[in-house]
Amino acid sequence: MTAIVSVKNLRKAYAGGFEALKSINLDIQEGEILALLGPNGAGKTTLISTICGITTPTSGTVTVGGHDTQTDYRAARGMIGLVPQEISLEPFETVFSTVRFSRGLFGKPRDDAKIDEILAQLSLADKRDNKVITLSGGMKRRVLIAKALAHEPRVLFLDEPSAGVDVELRKDMWEVVARLKASGVTIILTTHYIEEAEAIADRVGIINKGQILLIQDKAELMAQMGKKQLRIDLAVATPDIPAALAKYELQRAPDGRSLTYTYDTNGPRTGITTLLNDLQSAGLQMTDLQTQQSSLEDIFVGMVKEEA
Amino acid sequence: MNLNAVKTIYVHEMRRFWRTITQSLVSPVLSTSLYFVVFGAAIGSRIDQVEGVGYGAFIVPGLIMLSVMTQATSNASFGIYFPKFTGTIYELLSAPVSFLEIVAGYVGAAATKALFIGIIILLTAFAFIDIQIAHPLAMIALLMLTCISFSLLGFIIGIWAGNFEQLQLIPLLVITPLVFLGGSFYSISMLPPVWQTITLFNPVVYLISGFRWSFFGVADVSIGLSLLAITAFTAACLGFIWWIFRTGWRIRQ
Repeated sequence: MTAIVSVKNLRKAYAGGFEALKSINLDIQEGEILALLGPNGAGKTTLISTICGITTPTSGTVTVGGHDTQTDYRAARGMIGLVPQEISLEPFETVFSTVRFSRGLFGKPRDDAKIDEILAQLSLADKRDNKVITLSGGMKRRVLIAKALAHEPRVLFLDEPSAGVDVELRKDMWEVVARLKASGVTIILTTHYIEEAEAIADRVGIINKGQILLIQDKAELMAQMGKKQLRIDLAVATPDIPAALAKYELQRAPDGRSLTYTYDTNGPRTGITTLLNDLQSAGLQMTDLQTQQSSLEDIFVGMVKEEA
Repeated sequence: MNLNAVKTIYVHEMRRFWRTITQSLVSPVLSTSLYFVVFGAAIGSRIDQVEGVGYGAFIVPGLIMLSVMTQATSNASFGIYFPKFTGTIYELLSAPVSFLEIVAGYVGAAATKALFIGIIILLTAFAFIDIQIAHPLAMIALLMLTCISFSLLGFIIGIWAGNFEQLQLIPLLVITPLVFLGGSFYSISMLPPVWQTITLFNPVVYLISGFRWSFFGVADVSIGLSLLAITAFTAACLGFIWWIFRTGWRIRQ
């Protein structure tokens, strides 16, 4: 796979000295869905705005399909569709005419059939001639997506697509995103909902305070999350781990009153039954058992906290 | 050159004009008719000729200019302020369009609307007063130049304005006084000498004078100077807009 969007040493500092982006490096592969996860004010929107041309970078470069967004902005921007976080639409325009406006603005020749096709794809066909002001919030968000797709971009940026959207509509939005991916569009979305990243992304990037802390394949992240820990509380503290239990690679709490066993829930055998048998054989008496799973949320919260 | 974008913006802006055609046309036509009745017929009948032209006819160029300047400014300022207000400006900023294309679309539409209104007022004037136009081509050219230059000014105001009040402020506080004091209803030569000199600093004087020359062949300042003034004003506005897009002043972070 080749990178369709390539961000190099991108910095954005505002006049007041606030550094919204601190040397961001990021390659986005063609055809993938990348979720940028981060708390409010992490720099997600600034990153997207800078790639799309709304915000001017302080330094660094961005290329889209090999075109520099500063020196060759026409070619670069022509490949990008942007769905902003805020619902920004002209209230008195009809759905069709506002989408047609977007297509023309991006220099594409008028093609009403194409626009109808996009509206149908987003289940907006029956709202075609309705004024924007009469639509519900969820529908307006779809109109924003339709506008962003009107010029048939190869890369789509969705800034918080499900902010302020109820659960049902959010699921709906995920389906829309899945369909877009199937049609070959590369999608970058920002979110602060971990479930959203888990549900639809191929890769997940965690961003905080203007830096990308981690960017990883979601499957790998899920594998990490597949790790579970079993804590065994002991009636009597043990000074060390009995040799018979060495193969379990147990961790002993400093006070010796509990042991922790890490296992993979995705593996064919967890090894819990034999461990419990072996513990008994070794003469250790258990008072309690506890399991816990590290989630994307734990990783996320952990990283963001570390940074703070 | 993204001609499709220019066309799209232009058509989009003109659609708003057609949607509100009644209010776009009725109010300037009505207010001009009132001016004709009050200044032309009522007061004008007591005024002798000015510069050899009947007073009713004398004020026609000034009245057209008054409406055209006000309309061009308010149309253009609203046109670019509205996307800022609704937030849809993000689309203009992220589209593959240059500043010249955005300006051509918005200013082109605003200037067309103003030109349209100017012509309607001229036709209204014909209904009230018998006028001959000495230099029709020059008249159209000057009218178009004025429409364009004041639309450019309006575009700047629309970008500068942070709210609807500010949008109204410049036309109300600056343009109306300049037009009234720019010889719309009188000849500069009617003023005391000191005021004649002061008036020469009013850019609108050159526009109205040039425009009046195209009607009656008489002018307060030479037509060459008028043309130079309009060109300089247009160039200054364009230069400022170029700077706006270069620095992102009030539109880009």
